[in-house]
Amino acid sequence: MEEPIRLETPLTDEDVEPLRIGQKVLLNGVIYTGRDAAHKRLAERIQKDLPLPFDLNGQVIYYVGPTPPKPGRPIGSAGPTTSYRMDPYAPLLLERGLKGMIGKGKRGKDVIEALRRYKAVYFGATGGAGALLARSIVHSEIVAYEDLGPEAIRRLIVRDFPVTVINDVLGQDLYEAGVRRYRRESPG
Amino acid sequence: MREIHIQEVTQVVKRLFIKANTCLGEDVQTALRKAMEKESSPTAREVLQEILDNARIARDEEVPMCQDTGLAVVFVEMGQDLRVVGGSLYKAIQEGVRQGYQEGYLRKSACHPFTRANTGDNTPAVIHLELVEGDRLKIIAVPKGGGSENMSGLKMLTPAVGKEGVMDYVVERVREAGPNPCPPIVVGVGIGGTFEKAAILAKRALLRPLGSPHPDPELAAMEDVLLERINRLGIGPQGYGGNTTALSVHVEMMPCHIASLPVAVNIQCHAARHQGAVL
Repeated sequence: MEEPIRLETPLTDEDVEPLRIGQKVLLNGVIYTGRDAAHKRLAERIQKDLPLPFDLNGQVIYYVGPTPPKPGRPIGSAGPTTSYRMDPYAPLLLERGLKGMIGKGKRGKDVIEALRRYKAVYFGATGGAGALLARSIVHSEIVAYEDLGPEAIRRLIVRDFPVTVINDVLGQDLYEAGVRRYRRESPG
Repeated sequence: MREIHIQEVTQVVKRLFIKANTCLGEDVQTALRKAMEKESSPTAREVLQEILDNARIARDEEVPMCQDTGLAVVFVEMGQDLRVVGGSLYKAIQEGVRQGYQEGYLRKSACHPFTRANTGDNTPAVIHLELVEGDRLKIIAVPKGGGSENMSGLKMLTPAVGKEGVMDYVVERVREAGPNPCPPIVVGVGIGGTFEKAAILAKRALLRPLGSPHPDPELAAMEDVLLERINRLGIGPQGYGGNTTALSVHVEMMPCHIASLPVAVNIQCHAARHQGAVL
């Protein structure tokens, strides 16, 4: 297997441009959590030209709604949620400087096009491996929308958080490439 | 007449939901290990190993294997010679869910359909109560994740499409779902009955242990064909490509109306969680 690439957030154009689908990446530094309801609020604020709870420039958003932490733990189980529900909001955030998203599942063509235009990547984390992934999260604090419970925006500090590049700056898609390679159906 | 107190029901429901969320069944782990042996993609093998490691961490540290600890579904089979005392059986089950999700540090994922306001305690649970012979109470706790539930489907087919049409629908559902429901998946198929019965048959089918084919040879053969066709799709673990898209396909069938051919496909992620107890 190819050696994983270690990256430190916030990400730059130089960090994301060489990344290609299927590559393993270990993320380090600060990332933010956000899912359905938080995205709706972020998009509303952008449309009204209001300040956001954190600077999007170079940032990575992780689509996750963790379980409550057990006493003494920074976070509970914390795997990715399905990403397509964030598709209506993602291009707007990418336009504002977002460099990476972590989730699972297919993205729409508008998102894939926005990744190419604004030079950003979509990473996949292993869905359903929330206990394993939580081990790479060393700190968690709520920075906005506490009323949303599991959907609040959290600032996480991660150490060697394992992800795979699903959509790169060239507009490639690991899901399509993977299926093409392993499909064994007769055509027609 | 045998009696059972609602407090016992609450305690059992609480315990079952915590256990289901932290302990992945041996049958699922065995299926994952077998899949690893047969899988030709190195990336896929790596993902399967991560899933097995995750199950071990969840069990050892008593943390949920997945952050989506599900909407609470409860199957109850109540013996007709049993009397529940001390209050309402339904309320006792809801209380067990409330306590389990609070005390087990499980995520509360129930919300209002439009405002999306969280109910705060993961109730109401979806309860399927069935009256059976005997004097026992069987409770099965099924935390059902949203990602895989969203990829499920139901169709009222034209009877003329027959068995082939049913199988095509199932395979197409899985193809369209692609990476979204966290493959490798378990596929529950309900055929026949009515609109709602087909859906319940499909969900029930998910509760059968992996590696135990349907006792009816015709349906067992259909399960084999469906599994083979689904694993030829190439979606693979997490959708990164591979030979393991599904671990198992379970079919349940019953007679339907002369005008109908209902088919329901309930998709279950690899965190195929359910725990039962007989009181």
